[in-house]
Amino acid sequence: MRRPRADLEAAHKNLTRRATLLGGMQLMFVTGLAARMQYLQLEQADEYRLLAEENRINIRLIPPERGEIFDRNGVQLARNVPSYRIVIVRENAGDVKTVIQRLQKLVELDPEELDAALEEMRRSAPFLPVTIAENVSWDTVSKVSVNAPALPGITPEVGLTRYYPMGSDYAHVLGYVGPVSDYDLEKIENPDQLLRIPRFQIGKVGVEAKYEERLRGKAGAKRVEVNATGRVMRELSRKQGTAGQDLQLTIDANLQSYVQARLGEESASAIVIDVQNGDLMAIASSPTFDPNLFVQGISVADYRALTQNTFRPLASKSVQGTYPPGSTFKMITAMAALEDGLIDADDTVYCPGHLEVAGRRFHCWKRVGHGWMDLANSLKQSCDVYYYDLALKVGIEKISAMANRFGLGVRHDLPMSAVAQGLTPTKAWKQSTYQQDWRIGDTVNASIGQGYMLASPIQLAVMAARIATGRSVSPRLIKTIDGVETPSGAGEAMGLNQGHLAQVRRAMYEVVNDRRGTAYGSRSIAEGMRIAGKTGTSQVRNITAEERARGVTRNEDLPWERRDHALFVNFAPFDNPRYAVCVVVEHGGGGSTAAAPIARDVTLQALYGGEPPLDAYPRKDRGRISAQQERLREVRPIARGVGSPEEQA
Amino acid sequence: MSYLEYTVKHVPSGARKILFLNWPLALLLASVAGIGFLMLYSVAGGTFSTWAEPQAKRFAVGFLLMILVAMVPIWFWRSMAGVAYGVSVLLLLAVEFFGSVGMGAQRWIDLGFMRLQPSELMKITLVMALAAYYDALPQKRTSRPLWVILPLILIFLPTALVLRQPDLGTAILLLTAGGGLMFVAGVHWAYFAAVVTAAVGLVTAVFQSRGTPWQLLKDYQYRRIDTFLDPSQDPLGAGYHITQSKIALGSGGWTGRGFMQGTQSRLNFLPEKHTDFIFTTLAEEFGFVGGFTLLALYALIILFCVTSALMNRDRFSNLLILGIALNFFLFFAVNMSMVMGLAPVVGVPLPLVSYGGSAMLVLMLAFGLVQSAHVHRPR
Repeated sequence: MRRPRADLEAAHKNLTRRATLLGGMQLMFVTGLAARMQYLQLEQADEYRLLAEENRINIRLIPPERGEIFDRNGVQLARNVPSYRIVIVRENAGDVKTVIQRLQKLVELDPEELDAALEEMRRSAPFLPVTIAENVSWDTVSKVSVNAPALPGITPEVGLTRYYPMGSDYAHVLGYVGPVSDYDLEKIENPDQLLRIPRFQIGKVGVEAKYEERLRGKAGAKRVEVNATGRVMRELSRKQGTAGQDLQLTIDANLQSYVQARLGEESASAIVIDVQNGDLMAIASSPTFDPNLFVQGISVADYRALTQNTFRPLASKSVQGTYPPGSTFKMITAMAALEDGLIDADDTVYCPGHLEVAGRRFHCWKRVGHGWMDLANSLKQSCDVYYYDLALKVGIEKISAMANRFGLGVRHDLPMSAVAQGLTPTKAWKQSTYQQDWRIGDTVNASIGQGYMLASPIQLAVMAARIATGRSVSPRLIKTIDGVETPSGAGEAMGLNQGHLAQVRRAMYEVVNDRRGTAYGSRSIAEGMRIAGKTGTSQVRNITAEERARGVTRNEDLPWERRDHALFVNFAPFDNPRYAVCVVVEHGGGGSTAAAPIARDVTLQALYGGEPPLDAYPRKDRGRISAQQERLREVRPIARGVGSPEEQA
Repeated sequence: MSYLEYTVKHVPSGARKILFLNWPLALLLASVAGIGFLMLYSVAGGTFSTWAEPQAKRFAVGFLLMILVAMVPIWFWRSMAGVAYGVSVLLLLAVEFFGSVGMGAQRWIDLGFMRLQPSELMKITLVMALAAYYDALPQKRTSRPLWVILPLILIFLPTALVLRQPDLGTAILLLTAGGGLMFVAGVHWAYFAAVVTAAVGLVTAVFQSRGTPWQLLKDYQYRRIDTFLDPSQDPLGAGYHITQSKIALGSGGWTGRGFMQGTQSRLNFLPEKHTDFIFTTLAEEFGFVGGFTLLALYALIILFCVTSALMNRDRFSNLLILGIALNFFLFFAVNMSMVMGLAPVVGVPLPLVSYGGSAMLVLMLAFGLVQSAHVHRPR
């Protein structure tokens, strides 16, 4: 078909018009695209650049090195050691099953841990390392390294973990660290990002927990470039963190180790405090446990064994345990009466073996009675009736107030867990607690440290230190933080009559050094090393009339948990006091037989700064003491020089 | 106008034709392809063999193909228009029955040595068919309803087949290109007004059909539309592509982050960075300067095509060149709108730059037709 030229001309004219129009529309669109490009790339460039950087850069925390802990002489008590673990990278391993089977021929893998690792591998990206064996020995690491060609994707990694070279000696003082738990995180408001690092260790109890902030340090950080799947491509920069601050305790490692060993497996506690400045030289509880068990999470079996032990090894009895102070409280009753001016040291009271108060008969421990007693004799022989009489004259309020001045019923400021307040009862306290009136019998019981009266071993040690110095000595456990000395615990003068204090001290001297004293068997005979102390035997039961009728009153005949607590407090040397000591043996029987001998050994050990010469002991004890010293030398870890995991292995 | 009417004596013959090619246009095409090789080299992490090398080889083949097609007189191509259209529709039907399924859609036929995507071919043959139709149709009949319905059938048949694959992007491209050609051919204004009204109605229908048994699009297509409308609602899921793409573009700034220094593409934050999203890599690494340069090159290609068309007195050539230029324009306009967050992610590659065989070959074939029209224009 032929088209006329005119038609073609018209068509071309029309086409030119339309094509120009369409071309114009296209040009507009291109301009629009350019404008959009300009908006995104020039106007919003900064914002998008930031977003691109956020995409690309991840901040990874570098855990700081935890501060170390030393004793007063620089002996290391807690440090960080490398811990090795075996990790697998799925992507590099290829056939994971075969590789793990080969690994199992070399290393014993915990099936539980292995299952968890396999599960984690299924969930995580193939290039992320997954731990399959934790806390393995250097030996295992070498085996794995040597066989590396046969174990693709498997590498040993090193991290830092806490180690307590002295093991169980400091379990109750330092406490321990452990992996952060969800429970820990919940308790902390706005927790440090560090704590979210898996298996990061924080202080759980004791000094480790109380000084957590200072020991932990500040995290470092590295900036890494990651790709869209999170794989690290390279490290961009790194900022080192600040290591935690070191702590130095007032504890003397040598003495601490001795005391812990001397207590043995008894359920007991002992404290040595420097009376001049309040430094705690030793603070021991037994039985104890190995804090290293907790560092990477304790096994269920180990934990059950610790919690089901009747002797409560996890309890730090020296600060947490409270006991009726028994006769060790008599110095307080005496001081209250003397300071009140109600009696003189020479005034005498007749002890017929009991005292009738408000129609009730209160017995002296010596049923036949002590006869005429003055202050020195009553303390020396621990006559109860003398103190019943004093208490009736002074009243409970003044006794309690005096107890508070000597640090009883007061929570001492110590960086340890669950420090007990004890109890010094008053009329108001009884009214508010039991809605009952104070009865005169309660005062009589309180006078000899029974009834409601409760004190912890640390409080009794502080009491002895205050008696020895007349100053309000307060206990100090941390000597330096990051090299800076903490304030001394020497305290101010208590404002007590020096004469009265001297009379009480003299009486305490006679308790140990007079032939009729209750602790005469536990004396030291070295000149200048004489001990002044007081025994205590505190009842944990009421002897029923029925039992009395049957005649079952001897401690040895009772089940362990109903036997009396044995207590002893002392300071030494008598003429120039340096240390105060408190020993409490739970359900140990009499203070003079169970607690005083331990206290003497501990005191002499502290005074001589090591093993005391046998000359310090009375001649008849020397054979037994010598044998005991030999036995303790063998069990003390410090004496054997055990200190590092390598040596242990 | 039949080929007898061409003043053959003025048309160059033999190898001399090569001198009469539209060389500036060929140079522009080569420049754009060159930018493509550079970017493919970059996104492959600095290796030539992954994408850049095969792409360069294909471009070389495509360039030869273009010259080969240009050597053949345009009147031959006009006479082949109907056959080409018919073969393309048959191939689309073949895809419907024998095609391979990829990315949830049937798009190509595996020929062994290459994967043929008939929908790519269809874009060109539809233009050829429409150009031939309007070349034959007297101007006064152009707007008569009967003569309007015929080209509409020519357009809707392949569009429906492509939509069934389903390939929404190509379907829209076919519709728009076909409609554009009818507009240039001089169909009356009123029809376009009607079409715009109908389009609005269709969009409404598409959205209304969602969740009903007669749902017009697949779920993922709806999600793409949702994501386009509000990418921030799901930045790590469906909106991820658009969000990351905008970040890459924006972080480029004026001059970009440097060749091979684009963190978004190098660290795999960009999806399909060697195909549909390759423009973002360019814009990230060479910034506004790089992105604008490519856009300008594309605009110049369109400009050269339109100029070439308007200079030509042959109606078939006019319509063919304008239709191909429109197709080319739609390619890059839709792709760039998509990566800049102006259009939903519909899977349209960036012409001559995105990695891909059949799209490149078909485009070069189309430019061969443009060159042929240029060489054999009436003088």
